[in-house]
Amino acid sequence: MSTRSPGDRRPVADADVCIVGSGPAGALVADALAARGRRVTVLDAGERYSPRDRSRWAELWLRPDFDHNDFWLDDDRDAYSSSGEIFARLNDVRVKGVGGSSLLWNGNTPRLHERDFESVERDGTGVDWPIGYDDLRPYYAAAEREMGVSGEDDNPHGPPREEPFPMPGFPRSYSDRLFAEACDALGISMATQPKAIASEADGDRPACDGYGVCNACPVGAKYTAEQHVHRAEERGATVIDRAQVLELEHDERGERVTAAVYATPDGKTHRQEATTFVLAAGGIETPRLLLLSDSDVYPDGMANTSGAVGRYLMDHSEIEVHAVLEDEHTWQNNIGFVSSRSDQFYTPDEGVPGSFALVFHNTAGPTAGGFMQSKTAVQQLRTLAGNPDAETFEETVSDPFNSVRLGDDLFDDVDSAGTHGVGIRAVSEVLPRAENRVTLDESTTDNHGRPVPDVSLQYGDHERETLDYAEEVVRDVMDELGAEVTSVVDIDDSKLMGSHHIGTTRMGSDPQSSVVDADCRTHDLDNLWVASSSVFPTSGAVNPTLTIGALSLRVAEHVDSVLTG
Amino acid sequence: MKLTRRDALVALGGLTAGVAVSGTTASVADVADDTETAAVGTEARVDAATAIAAVVYPSAVTAEREFVETFVFGRSEPRPGHFDGLASAIDDVEQFARARFGGPTASLSSRERRRLLDDIGAYAAHANPNGTSAERVRHYLVNDLLYALVTHPKGGELFGVPNPPGYPGGTERYQRGPTR
Repeated sequence: MSTRSPGDRRPVADADVCIVGSGPAGALVADALAARGRRVTVLDAGERYSPRDRSRWAELWLRPDFDHNDFWLDDDRDAYSSSGEIFARLNDVRVKGVGGSSLLWNGNTPRLHERDFESVERDGTGVDWPIGYDDLRPYYAAAEREMGVSGEDDNPHGPPREEPFPMPGFPRSYSDRLFAEACDALGISMATQPKAIASEADGDRPACDGYGVCNACPVGAKYTAEQHVHRAEERGATVIDRAQVLELEHDERGERVTAAVYATPDGKTHRQEATTFVLAAGGIETPRLLLLSDSDVYPDGMANTSGAVGRYLMDHSEIEVHAVLEDEHTWQNNIGFVSSRSDQFYTPDEGVPGSFALVFHNTAGPTAGGFMQSKTAVQQLRTLAGNPDAETFEETVSDPFNSVRLGDDLFDDVDSAGTHGVGIRAVSEVLPRAENRVTLDESTTDNHGRPVPDVSLQYGDHERETLDYAEEVVRDVMDELGAEVTSVVDIDDSKLMGSHHIGTTRMGSDPQSSVVDADCRTHDLDNLWVASSSVFPTSGAVNPTLTIGALSLRVAEHVDSVLTG
Repeated sequence: MKLTRRDALVALGGLTAGVAVSGTTASVADVADDTETAAVGTEARVDAATAIAAVVYPSAVTAEREFVETFVFGRSEPRPGHFDGLASAIDDVEQFARARFGGPTASLSSRERRRLLDDIGAYAAHANPNGTSAERVRHYLVNDLLYALVTHPKGGELFGVPNPPGYPGGTERYQRGPTR
């Protein structure tokens, strides 16, 4: 156990490993290497929180008159630009803090499919990974154990598994069962959604008690990387919070990173030297840090001989179809997560360009719980202005936090707002395109005068045609269910996009077209690794965190073997 | 139906202690030991907030003084300075009540309390912690009270959600169909 005081942010002497970022990637690498006896230092720009803070976050998440990112966001430090067609709502979907974005994630942990690693070979799209599903398979199982994933091996179109999930899956919801009848009739399989939410108590981690506010789970039933941060510290790692890494330095020939230069709240700047370095700062800040670390050897940014740093940015493109069942109340007791999915269409049908998955809503549209879904009053007014239909109006006026009526009139409008609603989301892969990228916006600087990241992302025919077909499938399900479609949130509506930042330091065998090799080590520098969704060459159509975890455990093994020599 | 101190303790279970509660007596006792009223929760302010709750909440629900004290003033402070803002908002209401109606809010009739909120502008105001007096009363006082109501099953039942987000209702209920 480290004996440093919380305010001691000085560098660690003789560090074997310096890790930048303490989200799931950084925390897992730190824990695994500390377990192997390595001297580990983790630097995180954000601050450290206590379990008691979670209840504050739950209130910020639930009340529309708070901003849910208010607890961590520093407007100067976290400034960014968005210049693409898709608005990068970066600060709505990430967290800078010890634990990273896992502090506010929803806990979805599906694996990538075999196809995602070899989409060129199978479908002639995207790019192939230098590793296959089988290479990552044992690490997937290990990541599921580390994160305490709940699930069932009931997905006929899912990737192959070698062992049961660590915890039982959450049973289907009421609305899942409505969908199941329709899907059965259409020959569409449904499966349990894997979740890093405890379905049963596990040591100090309590079982989910149904707070229905998973993103800000107040009891710790949902996995956050704090778990591995704490264990890494118990194993001797040093985690320094509020340590903003400004740049990386390298040796004269540009073969090895020598130090991470970081700033602390007292205005001082420090240099953390180490034998090896692992960047785990996510798909935006990782390429930004490399681009900021330019030099005579690397004029376009460290580890960027290929020119691929920042390029090939991917997310997941999505649509959401809302419908109503006129003659049946679909309202159900709320739970904060999705419990069923379908991977029936993960292998594209003839004539369909790309993969997509379906997830079935559990909140059944804008139920009375809908007002508490983190949408601020201002956002609601914007939504209303941009989409002044009856349903949007009804949703807005039925929010008691904004109601002009109180007392006995408070809930007058709520009953009719969504008790007949159902909804399905379709999530599509996004192709890697060089023009979708993270660059430095030289016109805007952060709290240390450094250019902020500019995020530029747009979709193409691949995503649009895939989701056009997905919409047809979803409409068929709704027809079979007897539901009338009332609205479609389409691919151009940014409110669904931007949660996943993938591809910006892509993995590959060719140093001319990729940033890291199959072991996630940069081609250019011998002692620099990247543990992040930024190394994914393709996005797949699933949430990235479990794959981040699997790759991170693999990175830890590789770093350890290199340190051993 | 009444909202009691016990209701507040169950609701606050995981919210303050960081542990699941599920409404068991022993756990509620643990939470009670762990829950402290914020220093700004003076007797007069709790009385005033309880009096306002009586007109903010539908008449089907009665919030006991201890519920308001325990939940509103005993929960974790959502943002630094929130409780100071709440105290200031309540003091504004009290000052207005005395100037306009000649006594503290708790002494006013329901009709006068509704008029009080209306005259302040809290019905129509857009909640804003840094805004006008009306906007602050809406954010700190009215919406704090609403948060306590809509995250509790007794409040949730009024709009058809007996297991509202923010309440530890277990993982069995979401599997059930409509109950009304």
